[in-house]
Amino acid sequence: MKRFALWAPLAIFALLFAVVASGLIRPASKTIKSAMVGKPLPRFSLPAIVADKPGVTSATFGQGQPRLLNVFASWCVPCIAEAPQLMRLKALGVPIDGLAVRDTGPAVTAFLKRNGDPYARIGSDAQSTVQLSLGSSGVPETFVIDGRGVVVKQVIGDIHADDVPAILQAVRDAQ
Amino acid sequence: MMAEAGLAALWLAGALAALQLVMAAMAVARDRAEVVAAVRPVAIVQGVLALLAMAALVWVFLDSDMSVKLVVENSHSAKPWIYKFAGAWGNHEGSMLLWVTILGLAGGAVAIFERSLPERTLIATLGAQAAIALGFYAFLLFSSNPFARIVPAPADGLGLNPLLQDPGLAFHPPTLYTGYVGLSVAFSFAVGALVTRDVGPAFARAMRPWVLIAWIFLTLGITAGSYWAYYELGWGGWWFWDPVENASLMPWLAATALLHSVTVLATRDGLRAWTIMLAVVAFSMSMIGTFLVRSGILTSVHAFAVDPERGAFILALLALYIGGALALFAGRIGTVRAGTTFDPVSREGGLVANNLLLSVILGIVLIGTLYPIVAAGFGVQLSVGPPFFNKAAGPIALLLVAVMAVGPLLRWRRDDVRAVILRAAGPIVAAVLVALALLPIWPGLLPWAGLSLAAGLAVASVAPLWKRNLRRTPLFTYGMVLAHLGIAVSLAGMASDSAFTKETLVAVRAGEAARVGPYTVTLDGITPVIGENWSALEARLTARRGDGSRILRPQLRFFANPPTNTNESAILTVLDGQLYTVLGQPDGQGRWQLRLWWKPFVTLIWLGGAMIAIGGLLSLLGRVRRERRVALRESWA
Repeated sequence: MKRFALWAPLAIFALLFAVVASGLIRPASKTIKSAMVGKPLPRFSLPAIVADKPGVTSATFGQGQPRLLNVFASWCVPCIAEAPQLMRLKALGVPIDGLAVRDTGPAVTAFLKRNGDPYARIGSDAQSTVQLSLGSSGVPETFVIDGRGVVVKQVIGDIHADDVPAILQAVRDAQ
Repeated sequence: MMAEAGLAALWLAGALAALQLVMAAMAVARDRAEVVAAVRPVAIVQGVLALLAMAALVWVFLDSDMSVKLVVENSHSAKPWIYKFAGAWGNHEGSMLLWVTILGLAGGAVAIFERSLPERTLIATLGAQAAIALGFYAFLLFSSNPFARIVPAPADGLGLNPLLQDPGLAFHPPTLYTGYVGLSVAFSFAVGALVTRDVGPAFARAMRPWVLIAWIFLTLGITAGSYWAYYELGWGGWWFWDPVENASLMPWLAATALLHSVTVLATRDGLRAWTIMLAVVAFSMSMIGTFLVRSGILTSVHAFAVDPERGAFILALLALYIGGALALFAGRIGTVRAGTTFDPVSREGGLVANNLLLSVILGIVLIGTLYPIVAAGFGVQLSVGPPFFNKAAGPIALLLVAVMAVGPLLRWRRDDVRAVILRAAGPIVAAVLVALALLPIWPGLLPWAGLSLAAGLAVASVAPLWKRNLRRTPLFTYGMVLAHLGIAVSLAGMASDSAFTKETLVAVRAGEAARVGPYTVTLDGITPVIGENWSALEARLTARRGDGSRILRPQLRFFANPPTNTNESAILTVLDGQLYTVLGQPDGQGRWQLRLWWKPFVTLIWLGGAMIAIGGLLSLLGRVRRERRVALRESWA
């Protein structure tokens, strides 16, 4: 009896360990259900930030064709990693608008020269006000907006190569 | 360059930890005398190298070296220097490096200062310390390298969580970590003593100062953390039973139990197995705490999906150390001779009761903290909140306070029940008087019991000084008195806060006023304010009470990097409590939300916490002084 009791702590620990380890192994989903999904895009109007592109207004969306709205910044490191995927989506015919957060014209121009330019329009969100109204708290984030101007998908963080098919599917479904 | 130097130091420290482990094993198992002499110096150099690595990390943060990935992800060149400094450990990799640095320094300190342990046990202890360090070095080097570079180097960093941009929080983690890691020394002592089968009073006396140091730092860290949460989060409470809070409370509970049982072992040679067990449990709790916080398994299940490798690594280390120590315990403790026995009614008996109650509270907190994970295993998402913890742990904590009041009044080995009751008359009268006085304003059962017990405990705490020659009373007795008194003071603050707090939530225009407790608070106006890396809307409030009036300025802050809103509460501290004000959102029609609390005697909570820590410090000084005197006497004899 006494000897058995001595092993009890180890047994209890083993049990705890099994529980926590199972929590570790269990696949958890990466997608966070966004509060914006299913809601119309908030109304906003942002001025242009680079010379040869117009700014972005909410009226651009909801004109029958689904579009992506990509929140990015020239000072954002993951945005560099994301750039090739955006170029791929553009090549596949998906229109993309950009929201440059707390950025300057020359910095954005340089960024686009270095990493490619997937954007049809780029709005300057100098104070992050529109970004926050979209329920976005970091860069990069990407919203898929359907033909009626309703958000159908929000991707938090940079788009990886294996995210592209899902985004493409969301755009097709939103047609 | 500096990053590479830090990485090199980290590799060398890891290599030395491996060497230290092998040499200690050789020295203990084969009795190789020539190896024994080398273990201490290796432990010291290992600690110094870890410190160099940490210094290198602090350097690259202060220097805003944006070619280091960690700096880019957690810092920004425009940040005030103090937060660049603290930013070095305000992230996963940096905090793990800080952890292993304190671990290495603690091992080095044992190697330098520990003279009272038999040499073989000391070497085994240093071996155990090296084994722990080795695992964490491996973790840093193979899966959490803080010095990794990034190519191309970006122009600037992403910033630091604004909630962490607070001077209090900058030094909160190092304090808490010193406590956590200090317990690793107790753990290593226990393992060392098990390996050499040398569990006795001498071992306990050697271990006690290390436990005390860890406990003092934990107490300070928890107290400071509680106050930080209170004024920074703007939620108006001081304890939320948040998993992260529990992660620091659990080691504290275990360390408190250990502190008391190690005293029984040191002075009466009792509770041998129990003390060893507690030493293992205490450090296990700090590792589990680190794991829970660092892996994010509790606060967000996503953290694992982002990097399951890291979670698995820490979990494997946990299994190795805790499982290994528990197996060693089970296999070895039977061969350790049982200590002396005692009557249930005795100082030892009181300390056993204290230990059991602390363990029950620890069990409750642990179950409450882990339950959501277990439930998630069965597909149920839930969280265990304050109602559970308060209901389950509250009554037992009050019982513990009652035991605490009586404990120091008991004699060692055996005591007479009637004599004890006689000695406890003063505290009992004090408790009953307060209980009766509170009846007309009935504050609720738990606060009522809490305030009464606090009064009883306060009287009982100073009782050991009664009729004593105060100048000849040892310092550690003063320490105990102060620490116990601190518990009474804290308890009074908690009970008073939960019983008498008044809260008002209003929406007011400029010029309008609201009442809370004895105060009338008028909103004078709202003005924008620009800070170093934030901008804010600041309310000017005039708080009137009687004839006097004071100005308070709560803020709604906006940080750009990364974009976050925070509430900066404004707190007016007066003798009988605090007026706590928070500025909320505007309603768009000229009205502003104001949240006002009047919290009578809430400051006693942290005053008590400080008293507890200072009590621990006095005990430590008293113990060290006495040990030194004894050692001196022995060297003369």
